[in-house]
Amino acid sequence: MENQLVELNELDKKIINHLQGGFPVCEKPWDELQLTLDIPAEEIISRIEAMKEAGIISRFGPMYDAKKMGGGLTLAAMKVKTEDFDKVADVVNRFSEVAHNYAREHELNMWFVIATELPHQIEKVIADIQHITGLQVYNMPKQKEFFLGLKFEV
Amino acid sequence: MINERQLIAVLQQGLPFVSHPYAVIAEQIQSTEEEVINYLKWMQEKGDIKRFGLVVRHRNLGYRSNAMVVWDVPEQQVDKLGQCFGQFDFVTLSYRRPRNLPDWPYNLFCMIHGQDKKEVMRHLQLMIKSCNAQELRHELLFSTRCFKQRGAFYVHNEKVAV
Repeated sequence: MENQLVELNELDKKIINHLQGGFPVCEKPWDELQLTLDIPAEEIISRIEAMKEAGIISRFGPMYDAKKMGGGLTLAAMKVKTEDFDKVADVVNRFSEVAHNYAREHELNMWFVIATELPHQIEKVIADIQHITGLQVYNMPKQKEFFLGLKFEV
Repeated sequence: MINERQLIAVLQQGLPFVSHPYAVIAEQIQSTEEEVINYLKWMQEKGDIKRFGLVVRHRNLGYRSNAMVVWDVPEQQVDKLGQCFGQFDFVTLSYRRPRNLPDWPYNLFCMIHGQDKKEVMRHLQLMIKSCNAQELRHELLFSTRCFKQRGAFYVHNEKVAV
């Protein structure tokens, strides 16, 4: 994924900081935002569209609680040889259940999130990845959450 | 009647940028704007939807450095430390997870974000000092590359008329 940095203006920052917290669920959400942010609705829409295009915004919509929704969610890691890394990353990322995948500096160097519609499907995805790659997958599901929210003050 | 699976499947694509976004969603699942709004509000109330808004790709925003700091914490201290670490603005997640012995002795995971590695290291020192974690074995895992980042899909094979 490209990591080029994008400059944001004050308006963009205002929009991002507000909308990370919540988008109104009502008939005319943009009009409500216009009132809260004191920015014309069309302007808000076009800014968000531009930021989405620039890759600053990755998603715009609901964040579900996987557990409450009855889904499965886990963090998994693997030890991958440097020379095999890209090949293995391709295999792992091809699974639609894999949501994020990061390389990290550690012996366990590939870290990814698996999200499935039903909890028991996690095991199947892990088994499939192990089978295809021949590598052990370390399964580290969340047991308790002490803080939630991925908000970046910009 | 709302078909929840269909609603979730449609929303996975993201909200449309139109004046009545929920009406557009409703059309795609043969429902009405009012039904969709009420249903989404209900999902928020019961906690199925944690947050409704936008997700930023922090790597494109100047938060170049993100690290996972993992701790080996005695059972009776996990809650206290997990909460203590969670109080900092730069800590975006603080989770208890299972150890994978013998290779992986860590059971408390925090995500730290910073403009660069140096700032992340300073953040870590502050966490150690403020929460009295000097004695705890820990490791800092910087991310070097992000291969994939998207919202988790919960409905994988639902066919939706778009």
